[in-house]
Amino acid sequence: MAVASVRERLGANRVRPARLRIGWVAGGVAFLIGAVALGVFIGPVGISPVQALRRLAGLLPFVDDTSNLSAQHEAILVQLRLPRVVLAAMVGGTLAISGAAYQGAFRNPMADPYLLGAAAGAGLGATIVITYTSAGFGSDLMPIAAFVGALAAVALAYAIGRAGGVGRTVTSLILAGIAITSFLTAIQTYVQQRQSQTLREVYGWILGRLTTAGWSDVVLALPYMAVGIAVILSHRRLLDVLSVGDEEATSVGIRAARVRLIVVVAASLATAAAVAVSGLIGFVGLIVPHVVRLVAGSSYRVVLPLSLAFGGAFLILCDLLGRTLISPAELPIGVVTAFFGAPFFALVLRTSRKTL
Amino acid sequence: MRRSLSIVLLVFVAAACGDARPAGTPALSTGSFPATIQASSGSVTIPARPARIVSLSPTSTEILFAIGAGAQVIAVDDQSTYPPTAPKTTLSGFEPNIEAIASYRPDLVVFSNKAIAEKLTALSIPGLYHDAAATLDDTYRQVNELGTATGHVGDAAKLVSSMRKEIGEIAAAVKENEGEPAYYHELDSTYFSVTSKTFIGSVYALLGLRNIADAADAQGTGYPQLSAEYIIQANPALIFLADTKCCGQSATTVAKRAGWNQIDAVKGGHVIALDDDIASRWGPRIVDFLRTVSDALNALPSAA
Repeated sequence: MAVASVRERLGANRVRPARLRIGWVAGGVAFLIGAVALGVFIGPVGISPVQALRRLAGLLPFVDDTSNLSAQHEAILVQLRLPRVVLAAMVGGTLAISGAAYQGAFRNPMADPYLLGAAAGAGLGATIVITYTSAGFGSDLMPIAAFVGALAAVALAYAIGRAGGVGRTVTSLILAGIAITSFLTAIQTYVQQRQSQTLREVYGWILGRLTTAGWSDVVLALPYMAVGIAVILSHRRLLDVLSVGDEEATSVGIRAARVRLIVVVAASLATAAAVAVSGLIGFVGLIVPHVVRLVAGSSYRVVLPLSLAFGGAFLILCDLLGRTLISPAELPIGVVTAFFGAPFFALVLRTSRKTL
Repeated sequence: MRRSLSIVLLVFVAAACGDARPAGTPALSTGSFPATIQASSGSVTIPARPARIVSLSPTSTEILFAIGAGAQVIAVDDQSTYPPTAPKTTLSGFEPNIEAIASYRPDLVVFSNKAIAEKLTALSIPGLYHDAAATLDDTYRQVNELGTATGHVGDAAKLVSSMRKEIGEIAAAVKENEGEPAYYHELDSTYFSVTSKTFIGSVYALLGLRNIADAADAQGTGYPQLSAEYIIQANPALIFLADTKCCGQSATTVAKRAGWNQIDAVKGGHVIALDDDIASRWGPRIVDFLRTVSDALNALPSAA
């Protein structure tokens, strides 16, 4: 297997542009900004966009706040909506880019950030805190428990999958992830059923929550997400090579297993932080990268940054629907992402001529 | 040897249980058996005064003990936390296991989950179905039915009249508040609430309070979920926390929530921690609940 033939295969495989075009970057950023604006301006309580803009401008240095919002509206805008929109963007972007990274690392289009048991581990951690501590849902302990649970589950799956043998790492890792997920979900369900008083809180967490998001959640999750995302982005070229095959990657001097480990650890760290502050939000990590592939091309140099932008915008819009459709009540965000995400994905799948 | 010893022990325990029954003969009417009750779920006949009652509903347990039928109760479900002397077991009222219930050889089962009604009939165990009350009148009816079913007709009538009297007095003593103070009743930390259509909501209404959740219940479930934005905008004068036990909420945790320090109730220190159990049941202790609410209402500053 010569280097030249790998290059040839890489080249032949790429009829789509491998470079990220400036138009797509602008589109992604514009879409994200538009989503943020909608998310901040629309809500159960009517606040005029002009007033809101003036208030937000006042947050910038050297700009005076010229709005005359009431104390209540001020609190709603700055302490509720804004952190919520920011957190939705962070969580959506993180889940989407982590999903893309998992798909690349495992060369499996069905992979999502929960593939190695992160969701089940976080679910178990959160359920234990909700059920067995008095503080419950709003507890400071919960994000930590979810975070630790997610990382522990992935580590366990990795340890089991690696023991399966060198030659079949990818498949055995995925199977180990499935086994860990089933096992932890079983324990989580048991703990949850034991305490009927806390059932609704546990379900509320499982279906995802941005309901109680505040700036503290943003601050809590940001460092882990930033590190994870930076590492994933720096591996975008290596993921492109990995997409051809482990042997081919090895022949051009890339240690496939090592790249996979780094990418999976980074994506799991970011995902664990996202899950810790928002509960289990499904579908974003699976469909956003695929939609990006279908419309913009499948090189990881394109898919990773665009997934970040479109994932963030997608979750802001889903959250907007969740909190306005049956206002003043709220739909769980996980329900919205799947309900609107699935048909949208089907539409893109039908109309696109590109292959995944 | 060991076997005969256990038989002796068993007889002894049985005798002790028999002695535990109240010795004094109540002057109040005990009713007569067989007793027939026209319950909301249909007619129920109880052949003799029950001595082995199983209660699968925390509210029914509270009522049974309040009307002096506690000594006849041999097992209560895992959620029956009051009174502390109630014989709490691992029986579940939410997911009742008919075999586990039958193993107590009950002569009356009071339950709130309809699923076991037919199974009890199949085993010829008299069952009294007591659904969640929608109004105080439902509570009074359930008290009277349990009085008839257990041979405590007079005690039940006495409890109902004292509840009526106390509730009337509390409602009458509430000071005049201009323009109905608004309140928010919190069920859990995801902001599920109750409307005035629910039992607990109808009790608040007795004191002339306005419920902020009423306008938010589009589906008419009685238990809408509110958003923080909506609650802050509604700016209630009083916040009642029925999630102190389940979810560890308190005036302190509420004050820490983003933006909530703009709410009058939080600013003025009118966030009241309730006992989750009392606030979610419809038994005799609803009088205590009403007193807590009226105290909170009377502590509000008078409208200028």
